[in-house]
Amino acid sequence: MSTSEYDSLRPPEPVVGKRGRRGRGGEGSREIPVVPKAEFGSYYGRPVVKPAPWGHEVAAYLFLGGVAGGSGLLAAGAQLTGRPKLRRNTRVSALVAVLLGAVALVKDLGRPERFVNMMRTFKLTSPMSVGSWILSAFSGGIGIAAASEIDRMTGKRIPLGPLRPVLRSVESPAGLAAGVMAPPLAVYTAVLLNDTATPTWNAAYKGLPFVFVSSASLAASGLAMITTPVAEAGPARSLAVIGAVSDLISARVTEHLMDPVTREPLHEGTPGRMLQWSERLAAAGGLGALLGGHRRGTAALSGLMLLAASALLRFGFFEAGKESARDPRYTIEPQKRRLAERRAAGITDDSITTSG
Amino acid sequence: MGQLTGPSDPAADAGWAEPKPRKGFFTDTSICIGCKACEVACKEWNRNPRDGDLELLGSSYDNTGQLGASTWRHVAFIEQDRERIEEARESGRALIDLGMPALPRPPDVTPPDTPEFRWLMSSDVCKHCTHAGCLDVCPTGALFRTEFGTVVVQHDVCNGCGTCVAGCPFGVVERRSDGTYATGERQSDRLAHEFVTGVAQKCTLCYDRLVEDEIPACAKTCPTTSIKFGDHDELVVKARERVAELHAQGRTEARLYGANERDGVGGIGSVFLLLDEPEVYGLPPDPRVCTADLMSMFKRAGLAAAGMVGAAAVAFWSSR
Repeated sequence: MSTSEYDSLRPPEPVVGKRGRRGRGGEGSREIPVVPKAEFGSYYGRPVVKPAPWGHEVAAYLFLGGVAGGSGLLAAGAQLTGRPKLRRNTRVSALVAVLLGAVALVKDLGRPERFVNMMRTFKLTSPMSVGSWILSAFSGGIGIAAASEIDRMTGKRIPLGPLRPVLRSVESPAGLAAGVMAPPLAVYTAVLLNDTATPTWNAAYKGLPFVFVSSASLAASGLAMITTPVAEAGPARSLAVIGAVSDLISARVTEHLMDPVTREPLHEGTPGRMLQWSERLAAAGGLGALLGGHRRGTAALSGLMLLAASALLRFGFFEAGKESARDPRYTIEPQKRRLAERRAAGITDDSITTSG
Repeated sequence: MGQLTGPSDPAADAGWAEPKPRKGFFTDTSICIGCKACEVACKEWNRNPRDGDLELLGSSYDNTGQLGASTWRHVAFIEQDRERIEEARESGRALIDLGMPALPRPPDVTPPDTPEFRWLMSSDVCKHCTHAGCLDVCPTGALFRTEFGTVVVQHDVCNGCGTCVAGCPFGVVERRSDGTYATGERQSDRLAHEFVTGVAQKCTLCYDRLVEDEIPACAKTCPTTSIKFGDHDELVVKARERVAELHAQGRTEARLYGANERDGVGGIGSVFLLLDEPEVYGLPPDPRVCTADLMSMFKRAGLAAAGMVGAAAVAFWSSR
């Protein structure tokens, strides 16, 4: 057997039996690797949990829902502080985003014609149910507010007849109602992903809501910086900077609080690259908004970068989670470790496996 | 909102005024012969379509692979050599020794001759958890808790959102994407029955048979009584007796899976007697239902939403 300077770091040889390499490799693999491969058994490498059968539509909704929520909040702020152009643009943006998002969600259902079944009950334990109601309430509010804006934009061309005064009178409360539902709309998708058995999604529960509201804020602000003249887009610029800073910080903190194994998919393959670019674009867009937001061109470019940052974050995190469900390692290793830790701490009564 | 963690009577917790005794399975894998009669009986009774394309998976005699929308019983085959058998026996002994350091060691029983080779065979099924992730996250109410404490999908209510699939810590429930016989000669219009597609599907513990006082198809057909059906509490007692019997024979690799109501899912309705670590059978070693942390998740989401409002307020304030 060859020797190396790292021999002293090797774990001691077990006395009884050699630790399993499960037959594979046979006699050819006599050399012990310097870093022993993490040991775990699985059933022919098959996944333990199943990934959600969600397609890109749901990842797109994570992004669009964030844009809608952030825009709804900006619209309410613009309404309260008297910024008519910002109010108009953010209301219309929010409506477009929420409509596209809802269409994406319905399209992803196994039985799209039954989407209305989401409304047959209200279940607090189901983030999907709570979210459906939030989405409906938000859509109602922003729909009324945006309809009134569109009516004004088109010179009262919407055939409303005697309903026009009614629409005008409910416009303000509807806009504020949408503003109230906006933060829940932006944040509930985090809980939707956290409240699953998908290892990387579930492990991120301590910080993901903060990442998602930050991402929603910077995306909606970015869109407002594109659509709105700089004179009225001041709050959007400030929110973009705050959103970018908290996005970068909260993503790091979230990852730090996760089990080290469940973190890995966030750095590997396409999802890893998406998340890396998301960070870069958020930083660049945030800086752009801070330093050059007073010039329309720079503001629009920064806005575009922020929107891209948010989209990449949602798609990257979404796909990383699905990846973590496909490999049994991400389910089994953290579970074995936490079970061993509890046993080492003397807690022996809460294991699913018992000797009797 | 029902209880989310800890010991509980699921049917009563779900609001049944007169719950029946909780029903469940005890699958004793030490006497399973891997005949797959349970898989067949389940498919027949529940009229489940075929899964996959009849391919050979190369995993011993298992060509089913896993539980899924159309496979509600799945027989696992694991081939083990002497080394693995000894390891399983050791890990079982460690489990027995856990938490009882004060007791004198039990009389040393000589293990029976360790065979050179063994097959582990185990018929897996939906666990019908005390705290069922699939049921709690279902937005439509399509999944419900029966009076027998089991968990059933109403396929005519489900809209196929797929949340339950991600909510199950055991990877049991799945959305059925294809519901047709694909065999050539059967593709004609001889189908006696339309398969539901696009909705979540899983073991119902033969709810349609239970309400008629019949036992589930898999348990009825099992030729070795490896699959036992009955009142959950009685089955747990029976399982404890069986594991003690095996330990007395020196077979320390025997252990129970799911008989502890203090585990991460509040105990399960389908208890197993396993002969190795759970992950060897494709079972999670320490499952924890995702909704157990739901309150904490909601609190953090509330805090984040408040932070978003605060950030917007600062943004508008700073650009007066």
